Amino acid sequence: MKLYDVTLKSRLMLGTAQYPSPAILARAIEASGAEIVTASLRRESGGSGGSGGAGEGFWSLVRDMGLWVLPNTAGCHTVKEAVTTAHMARELFGTNWIKLEVIGESDTLQPDVFGLVEAARILCDDGFAVFPYMTEDLVVAERLVAAGCRVLMPWGAPIGSGRGLNNPFGLRALRAHFPDIPLVIDAGLGLPSHAAQAMELGYDAVLLNTAVARAGDPVRMARAFAQGIEAGRAAFEADPMEARDMASPSTPVVGKAFLA
Amino acid sequence: MKISVNGKMHNVAAHNVAHVLEELRFDGTMVATAVNGEFVPAVSRAEQCLAEGDRLEVLRPMQGG
Repeated sequence: MKLYDVTLKSRLMLGTAQYPSPAILARAIEASGAEIVTASLRRESGGSGGSGGAGEGFWSLVRDMGLWVLPNTAGCHTVKEAVTTAHMARELFGTNWIKLEVIGESDTLQPDVFGLVEAARILCDDGFAVFPYMTEDLVVAERLVAAGCRVLMPWGAPIGSGRGLNNPFGLRALRAHFPDIPLVIDAGLGLPSHAAQAMELGYDAVLLNTAVARAGDPVRMARAFAQGIEAGRAAFEADPMEARDMASPSTPVVGKAFLA
Repeated sequence: MKISVNGKMHNVAAHNVAHVLEELRFDGTMVATAVNGEFVPAVSRAEQCLAEGDRLEVLRPMQGG
């Protein structure tokens, strides 16, 4: 899999928030096989020599693991906020990758697709590699590609909901419409079977956080997701049979004894 | 001069971003800055003057999804 000229073996991208401890986060990343992890920016407390607390420990941990870091603009509700945050992230994390979130609705954390397209255009023109968090809307996808996005990240379901793929039909249409653009399901997955379903639809990768971090055993769940993704991808490459409405006997009828 | 730093009012003697970071004991190498919603690159902090009531944001890496 290739995202913005970076070749990756893993199709799992992992969020780094909400883990019980940095040690469990590190073990979960290892168990998942993820090569890309997401990160964010938050206010520094300052004073006493600038104690970074958990954030500082987290960042040194991620750096030491040699991972690709995908900073996000989580919590941004306007184009200006998102663009400024992206610039701050580029300097702080030393990468032009940005997971672009422009949130439009607080209850569902649904992206504001109008602001998203506008921010994507500004950032792509400024040399960013934009990973847009979007709905599965085909027209929005076209606008994002026209703006310069070379990866699309439709949601599966609202962030943190664990509901899986709410609209498989729309996601299948998106895949069919953009056969050559890497597509990543971002958000809403709760179970490895959801990730497997995304892979079976032909999606290139999934990005998840809460499903692993909030599991009773995040390390085992990380491994389970990796296995689900591997199984789903193998199934996609194996060209699944067509579903049908009526039964079709798998055992040959010819040669059956007449015993009635 | 009173300015807002990460949402809290501070009375500072310094008049540019670089010196405010020093005065408030931030590690300037571990943060990114913005003034009134505009990004201030690290190389420009010494030239970025601050005025009464300005809003300085000082951000660091954090876990995220």
